[in-house]
Amino acid sequence: MELISLIIIFVLALFIGYEIITKVPPTLHTPLMSGSNAISGVVIVGAIIIASNTHNTIATIFSVVGVILATINVVGGFLVTDRMLAMFKKSKK
Amino acid sequence: MLEISSNIENILYLISASMFILGIKRLASPATARNGNRLSSIAMLIAIIVTALKYTDTNIQWIIIGLIIGSFIGVILSKYVQMTAMPQLVAVFNAFGGAASGIVAMYEVIFRNSADHSAFVLASVAFATIVGSVTFTGSFIAFGKLQEILTTKPILLPLRNYLNVLLILAVLALGILLSIPELSDVNYLYLLVGISLILGILIVIPIGGADMPVVVALLNSYSGIAGAGAGFVLGNPVLIISGSLVGASGLILTRIMTKAMNRSLLNVMLGGFGSEEGSSSSGEEETRPVTSLTAEDAAMILGYAESVIFVPGYGLAVAQAQHQINELSTLLKDKGVSVKFAIHPVAGRMPGHMNVLLAEANVPYDELKDLEEINNEFDRTDVAVVVGANDVTNPNARTDKSSPIYGMPILNVDKAKSVIVLKRSMASGFSGVQNELFFLDKTNMLFGDAKDSIEGMVKEVRELD
Repeated sequence: MELISLIIIFVLALFIGYEIITKVPPTLHTPLMSGSNAISGVVIVGAIIIASNTHNTIATIFSVVGVILATINVVGGFLVTDRMLAMFKKSKK
Repeated sequence: MLEISSNIENILYLISASMFILGIKRLASPATARNGNRLSSIAMLIAIIVTALKYTDTNIQWIIIGLIIGSFIGVILSKYVQMTAMPQLVAVFNAFGGAASGIVAMYEVIFRNSADHSAFVLASVAFATIVGSVTFTGSFIAFGKLQEILTTKPILLPLRNYLNVLLILAVLALGILLSIPELSDVNYLYLLVGISLILGILIVIPIGGADMPVVVALLNSYSGIAGAGAGFVLGNPVLIISGSLVGASGLILTRIMTKAMNRSLLNVMLGGFGSEEGSSSSGEEETRPVTSLTAEDAAMILGYAESVIFVPGYGLAVAQAQHQINELSTLLKDKGVSVKFAIHPVAGRMPGHMNVLLAEANVPYDELKDLEEINNEFDRTDVAVVVGANDVTNPNARTDKSSPIYGMPILNVDKAKSVIVLKRSMASGFSGVQNELFFLDKTNMLFGDAKDSIEGMVKEVRELD
């Protein structure tokens, strides 16, 4: 992709991020942090791309470590967020 | 490996990025939030599958092994973590996210011929490496402080601010050298990683335990920004979009926390807070009288009130009294008392932490009110019950210009018709300032362990009628 397109995407995404995140109520700020953390684990995509194209053992180890760390972030982040959100219940009336 | 054209790849990435945005949007209400989180996780799965199908070839077994190991660790961590330890877990996730982004970025320079890279890609590598490394070590120091493996007191090295400025300049110089294609050399990258890792440690050690919520939020933002940097390195839009979402989220939360603590981000980052103040105020002995009562008296007041607001602070979680307070609140509701919980932004150890702890104890989320929602209701409330909170209820923050907490947004507990404060002793809060609320005529102190006190109140309320 062209450099300028990437920069446009970056800036627009920051604005969208600001708009949607200011609407998250304080009650949900902890799940927001753990959930957005899981989303930032999307760098797993990058780790898979580099791990797919290694030419020696060190490069393979290096990139697979990246895959492992990103996977922990993704799997752990989504699961713990789900665990927390499941606890939020409305009062029965 | 599957033939997927880059147009189709990018459209699939766009779909998953859009689902991330919708997923976060559903966090706007606890009723839709769980569904939103699931949407985001499906989006992640799409992105992973597309990438794996398009790029992996003979080495897919290593990637699958990596995915299995990572998933296993992720499942264990998420299943067994205590809710009180959530800030530590988020710190660890920040560290891993930062490291993964750093690894992806560094790979380009270490294992590919950097002569092929444009200045922009090299600059992105430098950027993601710096932010990723600082996030990695900084988050582990934050973890150590939250877990109390490290001292929660600020660790103040001599000349630390000069040292930090020096290291930041070194990092910038190396980053620039690395970014110029004619001068670029992998050794600059190694130096850059080393110094950035040290910088991450030095930035977080002078910050006291009470300020860790701000640090965790800020490092959350960094981990996102590092991810966006890795996205620039690979020219991958889904990385850039999600990275900027998380970067924005962390920054917004950081600002909310610093505002609630009445501090600037710079003031937090320079550190040392809570080390000098603590010693200066310990000299004064408090001699003014306070009124104290027993659990029985407190139960009587609560049982005959029409409206009650509980004001929990982290002391409630330290005493492990969340379930008892829910029991008390349920009993009062059965008696027809209106019950609400007033939650200050810094009540827990990270943004929203107290809400999670109370939700875990089955307090319904519609009874959890934040500062702005509840502050006008105190003057219409019969009893405010403060449990394990201190500085955030000090009325001096509104009026006394000489107080170190002047200007800090507080819960207007003093406006309630009467106040019950559950507390171990008369010790002051983090700020080292004595709380004027305790000396008001309408305030009654119930001394002792919060859990025992609330259990006593539950017993007594049961016996009313």
